[in-house]
Amino acid sequence: MTDPQPPLSRRAPEVRTIGIAGMLVSFGDRLSEPANRAALAFRAAVEAEGWDGVEETSSSLVSAFVRFDPLHLSHAHLRQQLEALLRRQDWYAADLPTGRRFWRIPTVFGTDLAPQLGQAAQAAGLSEAEAITSLTQARVRVQTIGFAAGQPYLGELPKAWDIPRQTTLTKRIPVGALAVAIRQLVLFSVATPTGWQHVGQTAIRLFQPEVPDPFLLRPGDEVQFVSTDAEALATMRNDPHGGAKCEAIT
Amino acid sequence: MTALLKILRAGPGLTLQDRGRSGYLDVGLSRGGAVDRLALDEGAALLGQSPDCAVIEMAGMGGDFEASADMRIALTGAPMRATRDGTKLAWHASHLLQAGERLSIGPVQAGCYGYLHVGGGIDAPVCLGARAAHLSAGIGAALSAGDVLAIGKDKGSETGLLLEPDNRFDGGVVRVVASFQTHLFAQAERDRFQSAPMRRDARANRMGVGLDPEGGGFHVEGGRNVVSEIIVPGDIQITGDGTPFVLMADCQTTGGYPRIATVLPCDLPKVAQAPVGAALRFQFVDLEKAVALERADAQRRAVLSRSRRPLIRDPHRMTDLLSYQLISGVVAGDEDDP
Repeated sequence: MTDPQPPLSRRAPEVRTIGIAGMLVSFGDRLSEPANRAALAFRAAVEAEGWDGVEETSSSLVSAFVRFDPLHLSHAHLRQQLEALLRRQDWYAADLPTGRRFWRIPTVFGTDLAPQLGQAAQAAGLSEAEAITSLTQARVRVQTIGFAAGQPYLGELPKAWDIPRQTTLTKRIPVGALAVAIRQLVLFSVATPTGWQHVGQTAIRLFQPEVPDPFLLRPGDEVQFVSTDAEALATMRNDPHGGAKCEAIT
Repeated sequence: MTALLKILRAGPGLTLQDRGRSGYLDVGLSRGGAVDRLALDEGAALLGQSPDCAVIEMAGMGGDFEASADMRIALTGAPMRATRDGTKLAWHASHLLQAGERLSIGPVQAGCYGYLHVGGGIDAPVCLGARAAHLSAGIGAALSAGDVLAIGKDKGSETGLLLEPDNRFDGGVVRVVASFQTHLFAQAERDRFQSAPMRRDARANRMGVGLDPEGGGFHVEGGRNVVSEIIVPGDIQITGDGTPFVLMADCQTTGGYPRIATVLPCDLPKVAQAPVGAALRFQFVDLEKAVALERADAQRRAVLSRSRRPLIRDPHRMTDLLSYQLISGVVAGDEDDP
């Protein structure tokens, strides 16, 4: 059996509308490294163009999103501009954004602070110790910030972590929780119900509306979760960065 | 001296709102702002000021307020019973609230969200470019008894004006456009989405409004595995059990549930204001028609102030009553109403 889908680099990106004031340029219908790079790079390129009538841009896991004023910029004209920009280069081969940073975030794995490590490890076919080793060795990238303010989707984890979301939701996962599913990690910026499995707990505050630079992580940043213990984490709660250290990626 | 508005009593859903903050989708923060945008324009028209002014949004229940100095107010959105020191006040209208007077606002009589505007706007601290509370993101807090709000400088002076509101308080037909995931639903489900009457159910807040469709929820083949994608307000997502949810101002910025359609911005106030049990029906329009409808709506909102008319003066408030000649111009009663 051969894969019926051509490689992503040869599939034409899709330009579709979302509502009446949005255009979505998608580089795949499932998450992949090239599609995510393309989405980040294409969004940055649209931003740099500064087209009249474009009000805001963002990127999701595999798409760039353009919000515009349809009373001043027609759908046809914007589509034409986007398609011309798409032809300019192979976006799947684009470089990652500049100004990226590498974060090391102290995390307690398992214990009563992160009670689902055991079941997640089992689903991944690993012992708890192997799971912690795997999760702390992975250097993951912020693929998108979304759902809630400042909240990153991080990936991509080794194949073993291709585990499904839970069928029944956890009623409330706390702020700073690290949760896993489908080869991705989500670091929660708000307390919320979720289907992701809670494997780690950090003291990081990803969104602080009251400070001058309220959003900690940006798409493209890289993150490593460093194992720590509950006692150390408790003292890190006084630090708004939750003990996280960052350096520029050059 | 800055005029102050003191909150003496507050219903549970009182928040400061304005047009929200744009430019933060890339960091996961949705725009937020008043769920009934038209009400902001109506209040601005009544007071002759910018629709960017911050206002008090009242979800279902009102509150009691006291002014530290004379101030102009306007009441818009869902009609609520309002009194000034016990005397009834007209809704969809502007009034003068004098220093020390108590403005008392009761529960909604129709619709869901009422708005209290003040001349000069409410001068709360700006966070990320707006004053709007965005509770799910942790910005701001619900207003409560004891809060004292500073009022901005009022450049206007007119009060006693009335605006005929756009009726949007009892459900009705809501226009939608197809979105990029509409094709995930079979044609029969899309047809039923248009033909089935739906009732607004009790699950509704500033993030989304749940609907109960006649004939049950909507089914999507393979829709549980779609990659999480951008959400815009007005998107109608179909959750795991088939229930449609219309996503509102404080919605999440990305989501994995498939969306069957997106409500036109000009019809979103109708969804926001539909009370529990109200019937809503969705109608697909093509993009071209949708843009034309939005354009017409923008033009209508731009000239709202032209349709203001004076309130009939309340004789109890006319301190100069005796100077009026009250019985001249007696009419027969069968003349045309002007």
